[in-house]
Amino acid sequence: MSQIENKAANAPENDPILDIRDLTVHYVLEDDCVEAVNDISLQLKKGRILGLVGETGAGKTSTALAIQNLIPSPPGVIKSGQVLLNGRDVLKMSTKELEAIRGKDVSMIFQDPMTSLNPVFTVGEQIAESIRLHENCSDREALERAGDMLELVRIPRERAVEYPHQFSGGMKQRVAIAIALACNPHLLLADEPTTALDVTIQAQVLDMMLDLKRQLGTSMIFITHDLGIVAEICDEVAVMYAGRIIERGTLEEVFNRTRHPYTEGLFNSIPDIGDRKAELRPIPGLMPDPTKLPKGCAFAPRCPYSRPECIDTPQTERMFSPTHGVRCSAYADPAFRIARKEIEA
Amino acid sequence: MSDTILQVTGLKKYFRTPRGLLHAVDDISFSLERGKTLGIVGESGCGKSTTGRCILRLIEPTAGSVIFDGEEVMGLNAAQLRRRRADMQIIFQDPFSSLNPRYTVMQTIAEAVKVRGRHRTEAEIERRVLELMETVGLAERLINSYPHELDGGRRQRIGIARALAVEPKLIVCDEPVSALDVSIQAQILNLLRQLQKKLNLTYIFITHDLAVVNHISDEIMVMYLGQTVEKAPTEELFAHPIHPYTKSLLSAIPIPRVGASKNRILIRGEVSSPVDPPNECRFATRCDFCTDRCTAASPPLREVSPGHFVACCNFSS
Repeated sequence: MSQIENKAANAPENDPILDIRDLTVHYVLEDDCVEAVNDISLQLKKGRILGLVGETGAGKTSTALAIQNLIPSPPGVIKSGQVLLNGRDVLKMSTKELEAIRGKDVSMIFQDPMTSLNPVFTVGEQIAESIRLHENCSDREALERAGDMLELVRIPRERAVEYPHQFSGGMKQRVAIAIALACNPHLLLADEPTTALDVTIQAQVLDMMLDLKRQLGTSMIFITHDLGIVAEICDEVAVMYAGRIIERGTLEEVFNRTRHPYTEGLFNSIPDIGDRKAELRPIPGLMPDPTKLPKGCAFAPRCPYSRPECIDTPQTERMFSPTHGVRCSAYADPAFRIARKEIEA
Repeated sequence: MSDTILQVTGLKKYFRTPRGLLHAVDDISFSLERGKTLGIVGESGCGKSTTGRCILRLIEPTAGSVIFDGEEVMGLNAAQLRRRRADMQIIFQDPFSSLNPRYTVMQTIAEAVKVRGRHRTEAEIERRVLELMETVGLAERLINSYPHELDGGRRQRIGIARALAVEPKLIVCDEPVSALDVSIQAQILNLLRQLQKKLNLTYIFITHDLAVVNHISDEIMVMYLGQTVEKAPTEELFAHPIHPYTKSLLSAIPIPRVGASKNRILIRGEVSSPVDPPNECRFATRCDFCTDRCTAASPPLREVSPGHFVACCNFSS
């Protein structure tokens, strides 16, 4: 561990590493326009883990790609917004500047470790590649550090000379994590990094990621649909639906003092391991068509509390605490409450 | 009085590979009562799907006996088996690849309806298809849709309607909700439960998701490297897991509650190879409680309390 310099630790304590302001990403197709990310704002401080939660098509991955200015264009268009990474707007950077920060200041782990590794290079070479690109060091030094990284993710360094197919799924994902962490980035974007893994392997990987946060002070955005994982490793939560953040706050606020009907619906949909007789109450209906989002609340057609005005009224964020924001116009009525009870901490 | 619908004894499936004999399913036995659900859990490669498929003889088992509704399935010839399969259906994990992309909803379900031969005229078949669509909650207007026009939840409903079309008694559900989003997953789980009650169906529910299996099963069988390590009624298994593997598996479930207890038992290392496994406990190399006894011979499955079976050398009483 000692050989890996701890650069993130030097950042001032309270400055956000990441500050997303009013980001809107659309995919413009021939006849339609997919409104993938709509006017989202997010801040993330050093050493914190944010859980970005939502179902397929909610805009989680598009958000993560936009943070690295990696939205494929065409058809992707960043309509508006700023992504300030350590105070600099990623969306305004030149290709050269972007190459300098990707992998160094911000890096990403993808869902499927089977496809994100190159089959014809050894894992050691793949880890060393990003070190060589970003740090001024010799090939030998880079390979040496690749060995350190493997040990960091609990793989014996002797295995650096092996190819991806010689590793199991969980180990491949750990190699992908080693590549992402090789240059000790300030911000790690993890897009469903454990979804393809078995639970016991998932437990190993999560345990390791928490350890990395403690050791290196890395900030992370953890994209997942699994609320159990969020409860386990995240400090903060943002729930996305149809390209909008509909509820955000600390873990405790979103889980124990849930406000948004959609967040409530997610909790009601998951089987309770402590009460197997409890009935599942799924959210009726389906996600809206992202090319035809209503002007108002996109969740209104599935919402048990929806009122006639919800569909047409644009939703503004209402703050329940300095950190807890909710987009639901039902709270215009001060007496409004969802059925989910608050949980005492 | 117990009404056993399925009795599996000594089921084995070995695959010949260049490196040796791969023991995918190695001596699995269980019985299942009508109208109940057996959950089979385990991690990728433990043989749970192969077990499901061997029971239906979608894969020919290497050895073993499967008695379904009083009849030995292994002894049936091709024609008899085809008839018998109407009683035993399967729902697959991936509703994207298990449906014919060139068949409409109508064609997909009608094909299965015709197998039973009870509905002969076009009008009768269509009526039956509409009835099945209603049963699984598919809107009538979707009857001429193709799979690619529908989302995962609806596709899975087509898969269920197709399985129900032949009026089966047993359905093997192989990870039926794993590919779906949570809100849709809950819709499908509720549907499967309602159907079970209404039609007195028996399920074998194969999954790696322990929260789901806990919710839907009456009894759970935990598999590791082709073998049963523990089997018990659901509540008993979650309350009193005995096998070290079961314990760590249960402790690994992420619980969606702030500050949920995290007495996690991490397992060391990786699953060992299923090719020509030595005659010892298959979990021994990763087990914290491993002793000489564990590597001397493979432990048999023993009943330790009524209905609770475990295969572990360290558990004697």
